[in-house]
Amino acid sequence: MSAAPQKAKAGAEKIEVEVSAIVPLNDLVTRFEFTRRDGLPFPPFSAGAHTVVEMNDDGRTRLNPYSLMSDPADSSKYAISVRRDDEGRGGSLFMHRKVKVGDAMTITYPVNLFPLDLRGRKHVFLAGGIGITPFMAMIAHLERMGGAWELHYACRSEALGTYVDELTSRHPNKVHVYYDDKKQAIALEDLLDGQPLGTHVYVCGPQGMIQWVHKTAAAHGWPDENVHSEEFLAPQPGKPFEVRLCKSDIVIQVGEHESLLEAIERCGVEAPFLCRGGACGQCETDVVEADGEFIHRDHWLDDDEHASGKKIMPCVSRFVGKTLVLDR
Amino acid sequence: MSKFQFPESIRSRPVYGTLEPRPGKAHLMIADAEGAEALLDLAAQDASIFRAAHIIYIPKATGETYVDRLKALEPAQFYVGPTYEASVQRIRRVLSDAHMGLQVYLTGTEGLMGQAQNEAMTAGIPHSAIQTEHRGSVARRMQCVHCKGITEDVMTDPFVCSHCGLNLFVRDHYSRRLAAFQGVRVDAEDPGNVPEPVELYK
Repeated sequence: MSAAPQKAKAGAEKIEVEVSAIVPLNDLVTRFEFTRRDGLPFPPFSAGAHTVVEMNDDGRTRLNPYSLMSDPADSSKYAISVRRDDEGRGGSLFMHRKVKVGDAMTITYPVNLFPLDLRGRKHVFLAGGIGITPFMAMIAHLERMGGAWELHYACRSEALGTYVDELTSRHPNKVHVYYDDKKQAIALEDLLDGQPLGTHVYVCGPQGMIQWVHKTAAAHGWPDENVHSEEFLAPQPGKPFEVRLCKSDIVIQVGEHESLLEAIERCGVEAPFLCRGGACGQCETDVVEADGEFIHRDHWLDDDEHASGKKIMPCVSRFVGKTLVLDR
Repeated sequence: MSKFQFPESIRSRPVYGTLEPRPGKAHLMIADAEGAEALLDLAAQDASIFRAAHIIYIPKATGETYVDRLKALEPAQFYVGPTYEASVQRIRRVLSDAHMGLQVYLTGTEGLMGQAQNEAMTAGIPHSAIQTEHRGSVARRMQCVHCKGITEDVMTDPFVCSHCGLNLFVRDHYSRRLAAFQGVRVDAEDPGNVPEPVELYK
């Protein structure tokens, strides 16, 4: 992939917001709505965009990306829906347990790594679980412009079918829901067959589902350009390691439960980022010297770049070994 | 030999590849003249795709040279047309009935590939997913930037616009939308001072 455009400042511009509503949707998912503290309208966003929410968790800064799922035409509020991950690193637990209505928070301007291709004649959405969120905004957008779409939404159970009622009552003929506990599954091959030329398919969900859709579509002769996906990776814990940042001339320690990018930021070094989930390419960093093994987890670098040992995406990737020197 | 290696040029100039069999539910193949050789080479790689293939072939000056050999590939449908213009209704109909999973293969002259690519793009296929392979004549489809008329099969530079009669310089500047290269008046500053026409790539 080509290099991402570099920005002068790390991350997107920020917006100071207040939590205006917290709406529990089921056992795992809660919607958080934000209004601007300065009273101005929110910047318009394109459906599929995400925002990075800054969380101050007892002095530890957490920055998690969430898809904006409110109506893109509504500039009075932004909304995200957060699935509680009890095994995760704590960002979603912080949102669920610590955030209260009226709290002041900071979020970033929207960034879209999962846009609709508006040249498409028809848009087929495939959602798995909380992967429904970007499609809420996309559906609102297409409904307004009269675009053709259909949604195939796989959920664990009726009780965990986030937004199922809202979607099926508003769009009974366009929304198809599949429940795992009833052994229902998206009949992907049948679904891909017979779609009109110019159809685009979008998938958001677990990694296995994304790979399944890309693979099946390719085997059915769909061009890559017509298959879109988004998966934010959460950084995984790993063995602590030491890194030398040669431009900043410091040696830093990356802890078990923090990402390399977070460790760089904690040590006061400004590093570029946008999605913090291995997708956008902003944090791409040159490796000056390495004696050890990289654990590459991003979707940005290609296989050759991963094998070269010359680049790393510090938001999700780690290192095990003796020496690592980065050009940062 | 029907292959010609175009010299490197500006970014606007189309670059053609080599046809390869790709997985798909249906295969639309549009070829003119020596483009038939590229289809025969494609069949040598994987003859099975022709079971679901629709070949639209415009022999131009090659006449019957390739027709029987193409027919022998046993495509699901085989159409031979006198000109591209005569075939375009059929191409549009095939594309309007087609579904995702259609693979498009274009081969032959630049004018044929450009115009057929345009039809496929209009039908909703991204241009980057359409395979092309140049074979045969290096003649160009040129648009006069002054009168907007299109002159087909231009073989010399400069050439005379078949619509307005201006003497036009052959540029590599290409329009995907028009499927034509741009021809610009060669003697605008000094009317009548027209260089001797030279055959393209000679």
